Amino acid sequence: MKRIYMDHAATTPVDERVMKAMNPYLCERYGNASSIHRIGHEAKEALETSRQVIADKINASPDEIIFTSGGTESNNFALKGIAFANRDKGRHIITTRVEHGCVLNSCRWLETQGFKVTYLGVDKNGIVRPDDVSQAITKDTIAVSVIHGNNEVGTVAPIRDIGKICTEKGVYFHTDACQSFTKVPIDVEKDYLDMVTINAHKIYGPKGVGALYIKKGTTIDAWQHGGGHERNLRSGTENIPGIVGFAKSVEIACTDDITYMTKLRDILITRVLSEVLDCTLNGHPAQRLCNNANFSFKGIEGEALLLRLDLHGIACSTASACSSHTLEPSHVLMAMGLGAEDAHSSLRFSVGKENTAEDIEYTIDILKKEVGLLRKMSPVGGINVQ
Amino acid sequence: MYSKEVMDHFANPRNIGIIENADGVGKVGNYVCGDIMWIYIKVRKNENDEDIIDDIRFKTMGCAAAIASSSMATELAKGKTISDALKMTKQNIADSLGGLPAVKLHCSLLATDALVEAIYDYLSKNSLPVPDDVLRKHERIKIDLEKTEKMCLNPKAQENSLKKD
Repeated sequence: MKRIYMDHAATTPVDERVMKAMNPYLCERYGNASSIHRIGHEAKEALETSRQVIADKINASPDEIIFTSGGTESNNFALKGIAFANRDKGRHIITTRVEHGCVLNSCRWLETQGFKVTYLGVDKNGIVRPDDVSQAITKDTIAVSVIHGNNEVGTVAPIRDIGKICTEKGVYFHTDACQSFTKVPIDVEKDYLDMVTINAHKIYGPKGVGALYIKKGTTIDAWQHGGGHERNLRSGTENIPGIVGFAKSVEIACTDDITYMTKLRDILITRVLSEVLDCTLNGHPAQRLCNNANFSFKGIEGEALLLRLDLHGIACSTASACSSHTLEPSHVLMAMGLGAEDAHSSLRFSVGKENTAEDIEYTIDILKKEVGLLRKMSPVGGINVQ
Repeated sequence: MYSKEVMDHFANPRNIGIIENADGVGKVGNYVCGDIMWIYIKVRKNENDEDIIDDIRFKTMGCAAAIASSSMATELAKGKTISDALKMTKQNIADSLGGLPAVKLHCSLLATDALVEAIYDYLSKNSLPVPDDVLRKHERIKIDLEKTEKMCLNPKAQENSLKKD
């Protein structure tokens, strides 16, 4: 059976060049970067070379990059580390209603620890208004955290405008750039960023490795204590093979891939919207990630459609309540003002550089067939539903 | 996540469709909540003059578990006497499907509810005596529906879920 993977926002395969770069660091150059013998040195050298590559990509210095186990850890570290280190200055944090769960749940936990959190709304395209950020900042505010490229609907936030406001008002600005890293340019200087969360497994690197950019002079507490690794900010023996793979995945990311993914995405969006009845695009029509297409198909439940596509070898994702553990509809789609019924019927395709035009063609054909079949099975049929 | 049986009934659902001039129709679920199930029955007498479900069809909007539960419910009910069909429980459906994930057990309840409603519709339309337990179930289904509608339609639900720990 065909295997068409269109769920790159969940994770990507490891690029062969990345795997090749990592390989020597598993069995041959297995040293601990903290050891002072030559075998340790090899590891340390690989660590620092990798740090430089990643720092360059976002116009940071290498000593502003702290390696972590991934996006979730980086976001936890950024929010909790900044909150506790600055709690004498203030207790207020601002974020949005469309963040990834690890940001939202870190914020909810901080609320139990005496912090106040404002969850800003977004417009119908998922954009948070910089003015709203500005108005929400009080004397008590210590940090603002806004997701850069939304993981569900692909909307790209105006981080430069928000960053400028934060800098002017003297509050820290963090962005979760897990989905946007290497797809949308990030310049920590021009974008007024104090902290940036990035990771490897969304960009053809390995799972279990990420980083947090922390601007020099930022007051932040370590969140993982131990042997004092990573400038005493994140203890734990560095994951050298993972970090080397991370750097390689950043090195190979190129504009040609972005152009290519944008082309595939646009074919998918244009054809699905014109050829499937009662279907809408979720997220911003233009300010969106090059690989994200998120639709709602009226009268259909997303999990059923996802599994019908899976029977044909097509892998995608849904934010339908039925597919979540809590049976609650997607907080992102609800924040954008979609009705619960449109949230139930959402389907996310995220293309990758290894997808082909034929993959897209096949997906559209199967999608049309399966949408028709499920609507025939559905009592509301998808049309003229109140 | 799903058993082989669920995937089989989801991929190849049995008894899809509607029955023109059905003797009873049961409509449960709610669009906003994401599950709607309609069951149609055709009833005839058997040689012992008992009402049996001669034909049964369904239309469902819902997840794989909801579709598989509807399909299995129609398979189990087909050919049964009305009184035997009423004995079917959500557990019977789940068991016949090789089990359902805990969060999806409500799908099998929805399927038995749709069947009860179709039978209630048939009995009341034909001025036949409605057994006490069917009446009780019918009342309970109505209340359940109102409750879930309220929950799903409440715009504050999302806000509250964001605030809860």
